[in-house]
Amino acid sequence: MNKGLRLALNILIAVGVIYAILLIGPVASFDIPIIAGEIAKNPLQLVQYLIIGVANGAIFALIALGYTLVYGIIELINFAHGDVFMVGVFASLTVLSLTGTLNTTNPVHIILGLVLALILAIVICAVLNAAVERLAYRRLRNAPRLAPLISAIGMSFIIENIGLIWAGQSWLVPSFGTSGGAAQKNFPDLLGTMFTSLNLNQNLFTSSGIHLRITITGLIVIVLAGVFMLGLRFFIQSTTLGKAMRATAQNRDAAKMMGIDIDTVITATFLIGGGLAGAAGLMAGLYNNTAWWFMGFRAGLFAFTAAVLGGIGNIEGAMAGGFLIGIIASFSDGYLDARWTEGWVFAILVLILMFRPTGLFGEQVGEKA
Amino acid sequence: MLELKEVHTYYGNIHALKGISLRVEKGEIVTLIGSNGAGKSTTLRTIQGINRPRSGTVLLEGTALETLPPHEIARRGVAQSPEGRLIFPRMTVLENLEMGAYTRKDKTGIKDDLERVFTLFPRLKERIGQKGGTLSGGEQQMLAMARALMARPRILLLDEPSMGLSPILVELIFDTIVTINKEGTTILLVEQNALMALSIANRGYVIQTGEIILTDTAPNLKNNEMVRKSYLGIE
Repeated sequence: MNKGLRLALNILIAVGVIYAILLIGPVASFDIPIIAGEIAKNPLQLVQYLIIGVANGAIFALIALGYTLVYGIIELINFAHGDVFMVGVFASLTVLSLTGTLNTTNPVHIILGLVLALILAIVICAVLNAAVERLAYRRLRNAPRLAPLISAIGMSFIIENIGLIWAGQSWLVPSFGTSGGAAQKNFPDLLGTMFTSLNLNQNLFTSSGIHLRITITGLIVIVLAGVFMLGLRFFIQSTTLGKAMRATAQNRDAAKMMGIDIDTVITATFLIGGGLAGAAGLMAGLYNNTAWWFMGFRAGLFAFTAAVLGGIGNIEGAMAGGFLIGIIASFSDGYLDARWTEGWVFAILVLILMFRPTGLFGEQVGEKA
Repeated sequence: MLELKEVHTYYGNIHALKGISLRVEKGEIVTLIGSNGAGKSTTLRTIQGINRPRSGTVLLEGTALETLPPHEIARRGVAQSPEGRLIFPRMTVLENLEMGAYTRKDKTGIKDDLERVFTLFPRLKERIGQKGGTLSGGEQQMLAMARALMARPRILLLDEPSMGLSPILVELIFDTIVTINKEGTTILLVEQNALMALSIANRGYVIQTGEIILTDTAPNLKNNEMVRKSYLGIE
């Protein structure tokens, strides 16, 4: 591991240890007999939490891919990435608002609005992420590792504040009765509206007594995320640019000797990572129904943990890590205490970094001959 | 074809190349011999643009290379089998070879050249789907050379192709270099194994602590008193 990463990780570990100490507090809610009793009493609820976890995990996985792709190529942890995701949520909401999709019950209008929102969220976040690289990282590429890390944190603050201002513009994002930009905003359940107006039940399965509700929205999120992941895998494995990205990640000097333009590869990496975060933004909005200028921090923390869990730089690892973190977070929300979920995720991050810094799936084989 | 004029290259404050001048004519094998740390690899890295000269110029058929980014230099027909081989460890042998042909668009030509390198190195064909990092040292050396050939370069830079190989493999690699050259590729060969290098080269340069101290035809260098003492180990 290089110096900059280790330094960043040490800082994270220090913060994490403090968190871990604070975690002793909610140990009371980590009461195994009570949880076991709850599961025995209501096993379908476990399924419910699992589904919520998989859907949110799919979103985390898409964001985690952005961390892992960028780290693989330039060994930088792009701390602004979570905030790019937040921009994806706001960009989607803005597109939906300006196209009148938020106020319609016409299913065709809703579908067209959503498709447009997806495309524009992807484009906006891709361009934003590439612009962040151009502006804040490129000229620091040969600087000591700490420099781009600090400028990444700076970019994170800048984008968060853009989000704060954006959230306050009621002509762009409807205020839904809340005042100012700092409050969490409602992101309407458009797919639910659409299914209602089609006289279809958006719930594939409900049972109010035992709290199991499987929605089509959740299913769409999972499937769409899966499509993006398969698309990315295909791109990386089989296209010329994808191969050039892998070559650059594995040996930058050799890649240059092959005639690969490193700057193009890096820009492409940021475009792809940003685009995935943008798509995740729309999905998260539809699924969790909130938009908040600070939501990128939590999502970024979860996705970064997912990327580290899967072995940073490892694409399949980031996908698996995303689902795992989603499920863990969902179980923590459901069975423990939602307020401590961030703490648990951070504790997991710290434990991995201390005991298995290469991630759950270990180092990839054949690194050095 | 390739000419370096008064090239100075630094690593930070370390003056690695102190005014290197050399030429390679079309169709030649030219060897650059010298001991460890003399600046042989730095010379190749400077030609390729991985390291930048602080002054001096590198000309490829009259075009100045020293201000071009490395990928542009590769596009102009410079390929190398670098020091340390630098193969892509998590890509298959085939993918490594495809990366060698990255700058090319002629699909049929690439296919022909793939056949050609498999004829030169049948071992690579047996390992076609294996990850580069799992190959033995000798196989990696073959892969690095084959990958450079896939670019169908105008000039091929070879950095210590005999490094760490068994005598039989060294023989094979040098035979292959001669074959490649006969097929029309100009070669600049960097070697510590001066005897082998001089036995196949047309001309040679002797480099010592960043300076060219001697240049002559290969047979003359082989008989040179100083070369025999310092680089051939013959008293």
